[in-house]
Amino acid sequence: MASPYRMKNAKFKVYRGNASEGQEVEYTVPVEEGMVVLDAIHYIQKNQAPDLAVRWNCKAAKCGSCSAEVNGKPKLMCKSRLDDFNLDEEINVRPMKSFPIIKDLACDVSWNYEVNKKIKPFTPKENTNWIMKQRDVDRVQEFRKCIECFACQNVCHVIRDHDLKPKFAGPRFFVRVAGLEMHPLDAADRLSDLKNDMGIGFCNITKCCTEVCPEDIHITDNAIIPLKERIVDKYYDPFKMIFRKIFGMQ
Amino acid sequence: MVTILNQSKKETFGTTQRKDLWWLEPLVYAIGLGLFLLYATWAAFQGKNYEFGPYLSPFYSPLLIFDWWHFSPAFLILWIPAGFRATCYYYRKAYYRSYFMDPPACAVSEGCSGEKYTGETTFPFIFQNIHRYFLLGATVLLFFLWSDVIKAFNFNGQFGVGVGTVVLFANTFLLTMYSLSCHSFRHLIGGCMDSFKCGYQFKIYEKISCANEHHMFWAWTSLFMVGFADFYIRMCSMGVWTDIRLL
Repeated sequence: MASPYRMKNAKFKVYRGNASEGQEVEYTVPVEEGMVVLDAIHYIQKNQAPDLAVRWNCKAAKCGSCSAEVNGKPKLMCKSRLDDFNLDEEINVRPMKSFPIIKDLACDVSWNYEVNKKIKPFTPKENTNWIMKQRDVDRVQEFRKCIECFACQNVCHVIRDHDLKPKFAGPRFFVRVAGLEMHPLDAADRLSDLKNDMGIGFCNITKCCTEVCPEDIHITDNAIIPLKERIVDKYYDPFKMIFRKIFGMQ
Repeated sequence: MVTILNQSKKETFGTTQRKDLWWLEPLVYAIGLGLFLLYATWAAFQGKNYEFGPYLSPFYSPLLIFDWWHFSPAFLILWIPAGFRATCYYYRKAYYRSYFMDPPACAVSEGCSGEKYTGETTFPFIFQNIHRYFLLGATVLLFFLWSDVIKAFNFNGQFGVGVGTVVLFANTFLLTMYSLSCHSFRHLIGGCMDSFKCGYQFKIYEKISCANEHHMFWAWTSLFMVGFADFYIRMCSMGVWTDIRLL
């Protein structure tokens, strides 16, 4: 028996162009069962527009390469099933808005790698006993799930609307710092960097990063807010500041 | 057919390609918070009808009456829960989106440039950092509210349960859950440490983290219930409603 999906076509409007100017071009794609947006883009590339630029790799939501904006929402194209969309309407596919476009759906995300280089790496204490309790490891394990798709960086309004890239590191790197700061064997202090260089104070907790994360990392609740609380401990809590002055603690 | 676009051009407020009802959530939050603020302000200014039988409105608890204070006694109390909710990490999300439109919703343009944006680094929003002190104040108030619940079982020296008792119990329970699920509380009981001192501390941290995942639920239900508790006692006190005795 033929699949009912074979009868259906989906209309796509895909951004074609570069950073300064481009256009949305319409394509019609036959829909098959289980199809995702990346499949449709591949169909267009194979049959209608061989010069369509798109970055992808694993097609299993693990490499983080195929981030784009599908109907205005930052998503992994390989994780966006067509049966989640109303196929009577066009599906818009655009590149990530917060990063310079190289061509079509491919963006230049190299700024993120530059930010990453500025983070102090894991620094164990001297003569570390390399035994950790599972309960201490569990908390930081969540942050290791990040696949660096940069959907959170793309949706964050501090980067997207206010374009504060020079002053603000973005949610992806707060997640990385949280994983290091909460590590039971790490001895480095990154709180000053977080406050002054990475601009965590610009984050106003609107949770868009958490909403778009394809790995379901609770970015705001488990990484950014705990880091903000640690910043309060060090810089804004008068009682803790007095306590540290009296007892000479760091 | 093609549409010519300039991707780098600044967008106007509300520009988005989202096709869902993105405006609905901030609108509902704005209406919900606005209605509560209006009612709470009106109820605080009244300065009367806050007691009925063994019940005391949570807006007026603990009841502080001084000769030198010529305004409603509610104002001596309400700045604590108001500050607690205003600096709450959940409500910040709600009102930044609903009232400040910063942003109105995810991937919806604010239509403004970046130079003026300071987030929570300058006055007044830098004061969000004192949330933990409002938590402390709210925790003190909770002891008074639980004491009011105990008093609400006492009808002229006789044990009893009225609808008001249930309302006050539900209100205090929800407020307690809202406080226990607070991000600052989670930080204080273990989040501030890289290594938990013992298994018990970790277990408590886990339970609080579990409650924290539903902080939005506790925030809204406790907000509704604290308003309703005041309204119920006010209606009974004015003789509009009759408090039904269940036991």
